[in-house]
Amino acid sequence: MWAVVWKDIAAELRSRELLSAMLVFALLVILIFNFALELDAKTRSTVTAGVLWVTFAFAGQLGLNRSMAMEKDRGCLDGLLLAPVDRSAIYFGKAISNLIFMLIVEIIVLPVYSILYNINLFNPGLILVIILGSVGYVAVGTLLSSMAVQTRTRDILLPILLFPVIVPVLIASVKASAGFLQGIEIAEIMPWLNLLIVYDVIFTAVAFMVFDYIVEE
Amino acid sequence: MDPKPKLLTILDIVTAILFAIGIYMVFFYAPTEVVMGDVQRVFYFHVAAGWVGMLSFLAAAIVGIAYLRSGDHKWDIVGVAAVEIGIIFAFINVVTGAIWARPIWNTWWTWDPRLTTATIMLLIYAAYLLLRQGIDDPDRRGRFGAVYAIIGFLSVPLTFFSARLFRTIHPVVIGSSDPSAQGTFDMTPMMLQTFLFSLFIFSVLFADLMWHRVRLGKLSEKVEQLKLKAMR
Repeated sequence: MWAVVWKDIAAELRSRELLSAMLVFALLVILIFNFALELDAKTRSTVTAGVLWVTFAFAGQLGLNRSMAMEKDRGCLDGLLLAPVDRSAIYFGKAISNLIFMLIVEIIVLPVYSILYNINLFNPGLILVIILGSVGYVAVGTLLSSMAVQTRTRDILLPILLFPVIVPVLIASVKASAGFLQGIEIAEIMPWLNLLIVYDVIFTAVAFMVFDYIVEE
Repeated sequence: MDPKPKLLTILDIVTAILFAIGIYMVFFYAPTEVVMGDVQRVFYFHVAAGWVGMLSFLAAAIVGIAYLRSGDHKWDIVGVAAVEIGIIFAFINVVTGAIWARPIWNTWWTWDPRLTTATIMLLIYAAYLLLRQGIDDPDRRGRFGAVYAIIGFLSVPLTFFSARLFRTIHPVVIGSSDPSAQGTFDMTPMMLQTFLFSLFIFSVLFADLMWHRVRLGKLSEKVEQLKLKAMR
């Protein structure tokens, strides 16, 4: 499992194509939101969570697509499948490396957003929400992207497959992030955090169970 | 070419007769609701269509598991049939709901949890059909479809719960009622009879359509095989 993670990170360190694309894209989305929503000081406090999560969702989708397409195009996926390891190790390896890339993008986007919009985003609660949300996103995203790359319409298909299923994660993450940013009491945020945890657990388990059927030849 | 089974023809006729009775009951037997008036009559088919939609998606998820376990192609045919029928009924459910909501809530649409969930559910199964369209290998198409039917169905209740943490105004006619809901009402016995009957006829309709669709799926598979044979 860690070998798969390590391979992805090493490949990324050499090419940097995935992270740089995700980052530039994320910053562009934030810029577009600036004009689309006229993020003045008043609206900013209420829409920040939404803007951030839409950015993460779009950038994450780009990364997921790329990371799986790379495996498929260079025939690496077949190589991985030939390796004498459990198939679930491949799934978790890909999921963890996707998660790492997504977290790196988020770690960079957060301070940039703080500077651009003069808002303090360094909040331990927010970080927790981002981790939980990203885990759920990546758990489903890795599974669906390995499905999408094996189809004819691959690049268009992933967002169509992913976004309707990921709605609970986005709703809960946006609500919980907004709660932490506006300093709402923890008791009111708890249901959202619980929902995120439930989602993470269910979908990691299901993805783990069905991944065998996705990569079977 | 196998002929149409006699039992299926009988089921067709029974469904048609039941539907005629159902329409009669909805419009003439059930009393007019005091506050909402005649528009309330949409309720009987609205809930029944939603019921059939959910039933189909549940069926698709279950046969999805069966397909993954056994690899038997017939489960795949049943799965597609269920999803296609489910989409139609879920769509009827959403549209009739909007027709009802216009006079009662004074808007075609609100972002209520049930409405949101129903719509996202429709999108999930539209994605299911797109996914299948993109795959040529029938074996892989079956497996991916099954996996997505399971994942999609699991996410529906979570979507509903997450949307429910927002306040809802959708009436809950069956079971506990929330006083803040707008447009709720108590059913009289005649209304209840009509309601249960329409649930029943929609279920019969579902069985009838499923049978037709599965038969169609099997026939088209046979055509496919014959074509391959002819090419060789």
